Amino acid sequence: MNIFLKLSKVDRRFIYIFIALVVILPLILKPKFPVVPTKPVQDVYDYVENLPEGSKVMISIDYDAASMPEQQPFLEALLRQLFRNKLKPILVVQWQLGAPLGTTALEKIARETQAIYGVDYINLGYRPGYVAQIVGIGKEIRDYFKTDYRNIPLDSFPIMKNVHNYNDIDLLVGLEAGATYLVWIEYAGGRFKQKIALALNAVSAPDAYYFYQSKQIIGLVGGMKGAAEYEALVGKPDLAVAGMASQSYSHLVIIIFIILGNIAYFVEKSRKAKEGGK
Amino acid sequence: MGTTIGIWIAAGLTLFIYSFLYKDNPFYKFAEHLYVGITAGYWLIYTWAYVIQPMLLDPIIKNKEFILIIPAFFGIIMLTRWFPNIAWLSRWSIAFTVGMGAGLGVTGAIQGFILPQVQATLIPLSGFNFETFNNLLIIFGVLTTLIYFYFSKEQKGVLKYGSKIGITFIMIAFGASFGYTVMARISLLIGRIYFLLSDWLKILK
Repeated sequence: MNIFLKLSKVDRRFIYIFIALVVILPLILKPKFPVVPTKPVQDVYDYVENLPEGSKVMISIDYDAASMPEQQPFLEALLRQLFRNKLKPILVVQWQLGAPLGTTALEKIARETQAIYGVDYINLGYRPGYVAQIVGIGKEIRDYFKTDYRNIPLDSFPIMKNVHNYNDIDLLVGLEAGATYLVWIEYAGGRFKQKIALALNAVSAPDAYYFYQSKQIIGLVGGMKGAAEYEALVGKPDLAVAGMASQSYSHLVIIIFIILGNIAYFVEKSRKAKEGGK
Repeated sequence: MGTTIGIWIAAGLTLFIYSFLYKDNPFYKFAEHLYVGITAGYWLIYTWAYVIQPMLLDPIIKNKEFILIIPAFFGIIMLTRWFPNIAWLSRWSIAFTVGMGAGLGVTGAIQGFILPQVQATLIPLSGFNFETFNNLLIIFGVLTTLIYFYFSKEQKGVLKYGSKIGITFIMIAFGASFGYTVMARISLLIGRIYFLLSDWLKILK
């Protein structure tokens, strides 16, 4: 009995150390950990795989550095798949602090695959007023993006030659840390019937599953776990796969702490009841 | 060399921030204030370089697109809120924003959320298989949750039990959200530790 009471009063800094060890050790020891793709992630991968060569995929960077470990691995895995299948990514940014993250990943994977800027991919950068912009792209993308992120006119790039609105974009992939995805679903999906796939931070992912059930999105990649599944599907395990063992062990530790905490609570409650009865 | 210095600064600031887990201290405060300052500075420069200059100043000065003076005027009078004597001017811009938001919001919500979600609840209940069970669960969950939020009649009898089942569904949803939140926070920790071990200490290859 006493051990539970002692545990309930343990200094929280010991718990932090414990969690840190559970995260660090698997990263160093690299235990083999199976990553099995779930259906919402597999659906995104399959949809991209089945797009015909030359299809345009708009990627919206709607996150910033605070969500980097969850979103960046998926972005890199997706870009690898797009360039491998000769699909053409068009990068747009709705969160201005995310612009360097999107640009870094795009340039890194383009270098790896020797993709040519303006022909195989383009970076349109950030524009303010995402609601008006998302509605406006339904009419003409040039109303909002006259130039790319370096202020070079859009019409000077072969990739943008026949791209005017959602009719010319085969898939929209939103990488989301907030609620911008609701606007993509509401207007790009609801009004213009744009096919949408989402990669959401784990915090937001449960709120978006009903859009998957209602088929308003073709699939959903949730948090680092979803990114790990995507990395596995693309066949290039990276940060997300490496982090899965740490993730699972730390969840186990947290579950154990929650159970111990609850037992301690009930033990304490019963002890107080007994003392009160005396 | 530049990259190495950058990595050392990033690693140092990460450790400064994590030092808060021990207790509040000047290193944490320094890193926190630096982050807020740099974010605000970056945001300001980015807005100037990628929004105000290319989308407002250049078109007006170079291309003579004087029509842009109208939205610029509405943007500037938003700032009059800081001056009580002329603060009423900002209402013009707010009225425009509210009007546009409401108009877009009403049609968007019906087209993008309400109709597709109602449609997704009209699902078949025929056959005796797992999909039928899932569909039944969805319909039952939607109906009982709606009962929980029905406040026009006292919740007793059928409404009372429906509402209790509804709150159970809501609690399960909260549980799932909390679980995902834990996963998100651990992911951020993994990201930082991975950076420290690989880019900084070079322990991971």
